[in-house]
Amino acid sequence: MTFSPPINSIQYLLRHAIDFRALQACPTHSDLSDELVLDILVGGAAFASDVLAPINRGGDENGATLKGGVVTTAPGFKEAYKAYTDAGWQGLSAPQSIGGHVSGGQELGGQELGGQELGGMGLPMVISVAVNEMLYGANMAFGLAPMLTGSAMNAIIAHASDELKKLYLPKMVTGEWSGGMNLTEPQAGSDLGALRTKATPNGDGSYALSGQKIFITWGDHDCTDNIVHLVLARLPDAPAGSRGISLFLAPKFLVDADGNPGERNGITAIGLEHKLGIHASPTCVMEFAGAKAWLVGPENRGLVCMFTMMNEARLFVGVQGVGIGERAFQTALAYAGERVQGRVAGAEPGAPISGHGDVRRMLMDMKSGIMGARAINLACAYALDMSEAAPDEEARTADRARQALLTPIAKAYGSDMGVAVTSTGVQIHGGMGFIEETGAAQHYRDARIAPIYEGTNGIQALDLAGRKVRRDGGAAMAALIGDLDVILADTKDISGNNGLDLGCNIRHLEAGLVAMKSATGMVIAMDEIDSHAAAVPYLDLCGHVISGALLIKSVVSGLKAKDPHAPAMQKLVWHHSLKYLAQAPAYLAQIKCAAAPVFAYPEDRLADL
Amino acid sequence: MKVLVPVKRVLDFNVKVRVKSDQSGVDLANVKMSMNPFDEISVEEAVRMQEAGTATETIAVSIGPEKCAETIRTSLAMGIDRGIHVKTDAEVEPLAVAKILKAIVEEEKPELVLLGKQAIDDDSNQTGQMLAALLGWPQATFANSITKDGDSLTVGREVDGGIQTIKVSLPAVVTVDLRLNEPRYASLPNIMKAKRKPIDAKTPDDYGVDISPRLTTLKVAEPAGRTAGVKVADAAELVSKLKEEGVI
Repeated sequence: MTFSPPINSIQYLLRHAIDFRALQACPTHSDLSDELVLDILVGGAAFASDVLAPINRGGDENGATLKGGVVTTAPGFKEAYKAYTDAGWQGLSAPQSIGGHVSGGQELGGQELGGQELGGMGLPMVISVAVNEMLYGANMAFGLAPMLTGSAMNAIIAHASDELKKLYLPKMVTGEWSGGMNLTEPQAGSDLGALRTKATPNGDGSYALSGQKIFITWGDHDCTDNIVHLVLARLPDAPAGSRGISLFLAPKFLVDADGNPGERNGITAIGLEHKLGIHASPTCVMEFAGAKAWLVGPENRGLVCMFTMMNEARLFVGVQGVGIGERAFQTALAYAGERVQGRVAGAEPGAPISGHGDVRRMLMDMKSGIMGARAINLACAYALDMSEAAPDEEARTADRARQALLTPIAKAYGSDMGVAVTSTGVQIHGGMGFIEETGAAQHYRDARIAPIYEGTNGIQALDLAGRKVRRDGGAAMAALIGDLDVILADTKDISGNNGLDLGCNIRHLEAGLVAMKSATGMVIAMDEIDSHAAAVPYLDLCGHVISGALLIKSVVSGLKAKDPHAPAMQKLVWHHSLKYLAQAPAYLAQIKCAAAPVFAYPEDRLADL
Repeated sequence: MKVLVPVKRVLDFNVKVRVKSDQSGVDLANVKMSMNPFDEISVEEAVRMQEAGTATETIAVSIGPEKCAETIRTSLAMGIDRGIHVKTDAEVEPLAVAKILKAIVEEEKPELVLLGKQAIDDDSNQTGQMLAALLGWPQATFANSITKDGDSLTVGREVDGGIQTIKVSLPAVVTVDLRLNEPRYASLPNIMKAKRKPIDAKTPDDYGVDISPRLTTLKVAEPAGRTAGVKVADAAELVSKLKEEGVI
C-alpha cells in the first residue's frame, strides 16, 4: 500500500510544539525559511514514498544474502541507494566545509583543513529528524545504512586526525562510501568493557585488528565501493574493562593518498543473522584478520569517542519507532476504512469498521501516541541545534544539558511507542493482521528491534536516572519541569476564553507534573539499586508527561496563531491526555517501592510456581 | 533556445477524489496537491534540453492561488532557471490560461513552449492547442520524443496506431505525453539552490487578460457505481438481451 509521509503533522509540531522560530532567528540558520523547510520535506517525502516504500515489502521477503563472503542486498536496494546518494540526502546535516558548522555538537578541527569544501548542507537536526522519520516509515531496513554513515562521520569529525578526515569524509558526505559501527562481540553486548578484539601496532602508525564482531548492521553490502568501519578494540597492555578500549578506523578497501580504494583489507562478513524483522538490513558477523586500521581519538578513550556517534544514533532510533508507527497507522487506517464487519451503530449497513467505537479508539491510540513521541524527538533535536546555534553561551550550555536529558527518553519512549503502535496496527486488522500479506505484521516485526539496539531501553532508563538526573542533583530535570510548568500556566490562561475548554488537558498535565516532580525527588534520594529498579517506570512517566505537555503547548500555540490544523489537533490531544498523560501518576507507586517488590519474590521460585 | 514551461498545481494523483456534497465541484480542503504529472515530464524535458546545451534558459509559469508558488519552486528544484507566478484565486479556464501564456510569450520571446498534454484534474487537453492558435505557431501534441535540428523540431507523437513523426519549425508549441521521459527527483542540493532563483509575481491584469469563465459548471457527480449483473441461460438469450439493451 502507498505511504504518504506526514508532512502536515511534522510542520505543525515544528511550528507549535518546539520554538522553531527561535532556531530560524539564529545567525547560522538565517536562510532556513518556512518555504525552504516545506520544499525539503516535500522533496524527502517524494523520495520516501516513491523510491523507498515500494521496495519495503520485497526487502522483507527476500532479505539480504551472503555467499562466499559477499553480501548482496535485497532486490532494488542497490538502485535505491544510488538514487539516495544521487539526490544528495546523505549530506543533509553534514558540515558544508571542514571547519564549518556541523550538527552533532562539534566543529571540524584542523587549521590546515580550514575551508575545504565537504558538500554537506549543514541543516539543523530538527530537519534531519523530520526527513529521516519519513525515510524510516517508508523503509526502516534501508534507513539504517544512511544512519550508520552519519554516526560514523560524526565520530570521525569529532575525534579523527586531519589526515583521516581528509581521506574519508568527502565520500561519506555524499554517501558514496557508507559507515559501520563495530562494537558488539558475543561476550560483550551491553557491557562493552568485556570486548576482546585486539589492535597491534604495525610500527608505521597503523594497527592490525584481529577479532570477531557480531550484530554489525550494514557491516557488508553491495551498495557502495567502500565501507568505513569504526571498530572498538584493545591495545596491547591496555587496562582491563571499559577504560582499556580504543577506537579505530578500518576501511573495507585500503585507500591510496588520492582517496581511491585499492587493496582489500582483512575484513570479511562471515555470517548473516536470521532476524525477526528488518530483513533487508544485513546484520553481519564480521571477522577482522589483521585488518589495517588507524587510531581515532586518544588511546584507551574509545568508549568516550564512540558515544559521540551513539547519542545521535539513539535519537534516530526513537525516530524509527515513530516512523514505523506512522506507517503502521496508515496501513491500519486504510484497512479499517474498507473492512466491513458488523453493523456500525448509527450508520447505514455496509459502513466500515472504522466507525466502531473500539476500532476508532485503537486508531486514536495509535495516532496520538505517535504524535506525542514525535514531539519529544523534535524537542530533543531542537535542544541539540540550539546547543550549537544559540547566541549566548549560557543558553548553549542549558540546551546541551536539555539534549542530554531528552536523548534517552526520545530513544526509549519513541521505540517503545513504535512497538505498541505497530502491535495495535496488527490488532485492527484482526486475523488478517497475523497474515503477512497485509503488511501489518512486517511493521510490528521491524519495530521490535528499536527498543533493543543502540543501548537497550533498560540502559536508556539507567542513563536517564543515573547520569542525567542523579549526577547533577536533578538540575537539568528541574529546568525542564520549569518549562513544562510554563506550558501549564499558558494553557490555563487560554482555556475558558471564547468557549475553549482545555480543562481535561489541564487536570491531567497538573497531576502529571506533580507526579514527575515527586518521582524525580525519589529517584535522586534513593540508593543505586533502587534507582535501577525504578528507572524504567520513571522514564515512562517522564515520556508521558513531556509528550503530553508538548502536545498541549502545540494546541495552545496553534489556536493562538489560528493554524487551520489546530482544532483537529486539539481533539487529538484530548485523547492523548486521557490515554497517555493520565497514566503518569500511576507509575509513582512502582517508583516509590523500587527494588523491594522486584527482589522480594524468592529467586528460586521464579521457575517453579 | 529559450523554453517556457507552464506548470499547474493539481490534486495529487494518489488522492481519492471526493465530490462536494452540493455537487458544485471537487472537495479540495486539506487535500494533498502536487504538480500535474504531465507538467513534471515537460519540466524534465526542458531541464534535459538545458543540460544538453539545446536550451539556453528555462522559465516555469504557474497561474493560480498563492500556493502555486510551491509548484514553481518544485520545478526550480528540478533545474528550471526562474519562475513567473500569475496570482489569482479565481477559476481559470484553458482559454484564459492560453491568453495569459500568449502575453507572457510576447514578453519573454521563447522559441519553445513545452506543456503537459493535459492536467489530471479537469482533463481538458486544450491549453497547448489554444495557445498555438492564438500565437499562430505550429504545434506538436502528445510528444513521445523531441529532437532539435537547426530551426525545427522533430517530434514523435503518440497516436492510436503507434508513433507519428512530424517536423515543426520554431518557434513552436509542444505538448508532452506520458512516455517522453521519467522525471527526476529534486535533489537536496538543488532544493537548497532553488531558494535563490527568482519568481516574478504577476496578476492577470498585468497582462490585460479577462479571465472571467466562459463555461458554467452545472453539476459535478461521482461516476455511478456498478450495478449487479444478470445471468443468462444460453447464447440465444444473451443475444436477445443485448438487442433489448440496444448494444447490438
